[in-house]
Amino acid sequence: MERPVRSDLAGVEPPEGRRGGGVGKRLAPYGLLAPAGVWQALFFIVPMFAMFTLSLSTGSSRTGYNFDWAFANYPEVIDRYGQFFLRSFRNASIVTVLGLALAYPAAYWIAFHGGRRKSTFLLLLLLPFFVSFVIRTLSWSFILSDEGFVLGTLKDIGVLPDAFQILNTTPAVIGGITYNLLPFTTLPLFVALDRIDKRLVEAASDLYASRREAFRKVVFPLSLPGVFAGGLLTFIPAMGDYVNADVLGGPGTHMIGNQIQQEFLLQRNYERASALAFILMLMMVVGAIVYARVLGTEDITT
Amino acid sequence: MTESRKIDPSFLRGATMRRMSRRDLFRYAGVGAGALSLSSILAACGTGGETTPPVTGADAPGSTEWWAARNAEGPGPNVNFTNWPQYIDRSNKTIPTLDAFTDATELEVTYRTDISDNALFYAQIRPALEAGQETGHDIIVITSGKELYEMLDLGYLLPLDPDLHPNFDANADPSVVNTSYDPGNAHTLAWQSGFTGIAYNTNYIDRPITSMEDLKDPAFAGKIGMMGNDDAATLALLAVGATPETSTPEEWQQAADWLNEQKDSGVVRKYFVQDYLTAFENEDVWITLAWSGDILIDRLYFGRTEFEFVIPDEGGVLWTDNMCIPQGATNPVGAMMLMDWYFQPDIAAALTEYNNYVSPVPAARDLVEAHAAAATGAEAELLNAVATSPFVFPTPEIGEKVHSYRVLSVDEEQQWNDLFVPIWQG
Amino acid sequence: MSAALEPLERAVADYEARTPNKPKKRWTRFVLPSYTGLLIFYLSFPIFVMILYSFNDSDVGFGTSPRVKLDWLGFTTVWYRQLLDIPDLTSAITHSLIIAFTSALVATVLGTFLGLALGRYRYRGKGTTDFVLFLNISAPEIALAAALAAFFVSIELPRGAVTAFFAHVMFSIPFVAVTVRARVQGLDRSLENAAMDLYASPVAAFVKVTLPLILPGILAGGMLAFALSIDDFVITNFVQGPYTMFPTWVLGVSRVGIPPQAFGMASIIFVVGATIALANVVAGNRKAKTPARG
Repeated sequence: MERPVRSDLAGVEPPEGRRGGGVGKRLAPYGLLAPAGVWQALFFIVPMFAMFTLSLSTGSSRTGYNFDWAFANYPEVIDRYGQFFLRSFRNASIVTVLGLALAYPAAYWIAFHGGRRKSTFLLLLLLPFFVSFVIRTLSWSFILSDEGFVLGTLKDIGVLPDAFQILNTTPAVIGGITYNLLPFTTLPLFVALDRIDKRLVEAASDLYASRREAFRKVVFPLSLPGVFAGGLLTFIPAMGDYVNADVLGGPGTHMIGNQIQQEFLLQRNYERASALAFILMLMMVVGAIVYARVLGTEDITT
Repeated sequence: MTESRKIDPSFLRGATMRRMSRRDLFRYAGVGAGALSLSSILAACGTGGETTPPVTGADAPGSTEWWAARNAEGPGPNVNFTNWPQYIDRSNKTIPTLDAFTDATELEVTYRTDISDNALFYAQIRPALEAGQETGHDIIVITSGKELYEMLDLGYLLPLDPDLHPNFDANADPSVVNTSYDPGNAHTLAWQSGFTGIAYNTNYIDRPITSMEDLKDPAFAGKIGMMGNDDAATLALLAVGATPETSTPEEWQQAADWLNEQKDSGVVRKYFVQDYLTAFENEDVWITLAWSGDILIDRLYFGRTEFEFVIPDEGGVLWTDNMCIPQGATNPVGAMMLMDWYFQPDIAAALTEYNNYVSPVPAARDLVEAHAAAATGAEAELLNAVATSPFVFPTPEIGEKVHSYRVLSVDEEQQWNDLFVPIWQG
Repeated sequence: MSAALEPLERAVADYEARTPNKPKKRWTRFVLPSYTGLLIFYLSFPIFVMILYSFNDSDVGFGTSPRVKLDWLGFTTVWYRQLLDIPDLTSAITHSLIIAFTSALVATVLGTFLGLALGRYRYRGKGTTDFVLFLNISAPEIALAAALAAFFVSIELPRGAVTAFFAHVMFSIPFVAVTVRARVQGLDRSLENAAMDLYASPVAAFVKVTLPLILPGILAGGMLAFALSIDDFVITNFVQGPYTMFPTWVLGVSRVGIPPQAFGMASIIFVVGATIALANVVAGNRKAKTPARG
């Protein structure tokens, strides 16, 4: 079908400078990103390198630090805190898998069958996170209290043994972190699932695919960017968490985040804390890049 | 449609998409090199907290001339008083002793209960102190432990004006005057003292608790609370028979072993600091290290008569919380006025009646007893209990059993921390 | 005639056999919705508990400060009437709100520009900005917090409202940028071109066509920045100095006991936020129902 042409405008040229060319246009992206760029450079890049420098220094907070390429800080710190990295990694992995498993069915249902009230359902899912996460975690410590109204009642009616304790154990910490990070897991999943053209599913069933096959071969692979993003956005904060371990945890549940906080704020061993923080960051960044290559998504920052 | 048994095409497509190329890598390396040189500049600027040496000479904060100048200016309109929770008298909306202060002096007091742990609080204010900036607090209350000693050592506390605390001079107990850690009360005035001992819930524990070893009893597994601070380390030193004030590194190792043994046996529920109280009240722990006043308040004000507090046979800790003025405080004269206010016997009595800790003003005792005699009913019972408690007005027997914290030098501190901190933070 | 239809009937029967209606209906009509409902309930449970306990009475003896008690002592609204009684709490909430509003505002502006740049233009250094953004989002908060604290000490900037503001804008910008960029990328460039065909200047085309279209993204980014800021604990803990904000105050106070007013305030903030958001969404739904013009 031909586009109708307005006869009265025949021969009129489009205005100058509309397409291409012009210094203004070429500089536009730089102008747009300059303010944010400067801000990030000043308050993100520079502090990062300040921290890196500090991690290679020796001294104490009382006598001051010397930047002397003290790479020995790193093996020392790994030796002392290696087990916490492993513990955090283990916890974060469980949290991520658990979170994705919990979030996926709900995200799928809302995206595909939510209909017009999709946003309402999504909002209901995310509404609890309007309350400060510290309060939510404290609320959980209330709920999970040994003789609180949940466990206490269950114990009274005999469903749980009297000695059952969940607060101040690792499952409580993992549960808390999963809970607190669920929006980060759900949102990317939902966005990815929502973007999938529903007609593809129809096409699949037109081609005799069962619902399960259609899901496995069409929906799931297309949702992978969301799984990747959701998993990443869950894993990274889970690795660095320390509030959940502090409030809901007990002996033997502390993670690397607690150690960094404790070395930096309490003991003022800035070089150790910086080394730990830097290792953590390196692990996350490298891991995320590798993860991105393997799983294959359009953007690293989905 | 051929059924591919190999890689699913959709995965293959994704996996082969370009992400990072060599060119990108070089670009990032370039950025990195540039930033590294920037960081060396920063290093030269002294990243990492070199302590600002205090200004010396006639203008030094805390010197006689300096105080003379401040006194001439007079106090500022507001005093920022930061304290531990539940450590001052309170009546629903108001704090009577502070209101009385405002009435008498026309100075407002901003009272905050931001302190729940010495180490945590010190960590919060240290950056400002290091940089020689104001912390936002005029009076802070710190326990006579390693944080206080470090602050004294590094000159972070303002020397007090000896002429501005007449009530203290007149009424304070000799034990808090001219202390070993702060000769001549150059920087600190005592707030209250207290005991660290063992608290237990008689609803769940039938037998009397008398010893530190009871904290290892497998019968209470999962219901035992410990503290994650020097209180626990000191009590562990007592448990292995050492004298904390003069203990040696070998004895520290023994104490650490005692604590690790307890931790490895899995009986400890958590290493608390001030938050032990909530867990204890919620019955998540039945037996825990505790501070005397907290338990007394629960017994007397919250009716939890099933709570008992004891000093273990091996010994307990007697600590003193001290009021001090951090460097850079904006209202030092007002702060001193407020500090001295609490050494009047009737004010001190009101304080102790509420928080049930040991008052540094001996005259308060008679006043508390007088109030108790004059009161009726439930209030009389309560005040009598306060007046007769050995933990509020200590008896000589209790005095024999208690010790104070080990004073650590800078080198020793790291050794101490490396032994004990992994226990609570691991 | 029916003989000719037979193969067709067979095909239909075959198809129906392959895609039986019953299990499909069971999953989508029953299992998944119930699961989603359960999940929503599980997520909201601590909120219900918090709201419930904000109405719990607390025993107050001879002048002790009220704390939230585990046992149910009776229903009362007294804490809501005494909401502003704790100066610490009121100032902490005020500080948090101030920082959240200001940092969200600035972060939204800066982040929108950044998102536009990333979404529309190709320029040298795009890979770098992408990477920096990625670093920013993927860096663990605790690492960022430690770095910022070290930095502020080294440049001798006193910690307080200003440092908190700087830090909050910093960690919000990437989230706003990514949100806006996603919106911008999904935009049909031809609309703006069409506007310019109709003699609109590039700026006018942007303001009248593009901006309204990406506005939902900007608003979403702004709300995200606000939520991130008001809820932030880790970074705030390291850079707030004496300018105590709500999450850090609550955690500090929780070591002795939470004042019921804190639960009350959080409940109010929650109800207000929830109402606004729900109203927003319902209005959006209603708009979607009206048929598009033209």
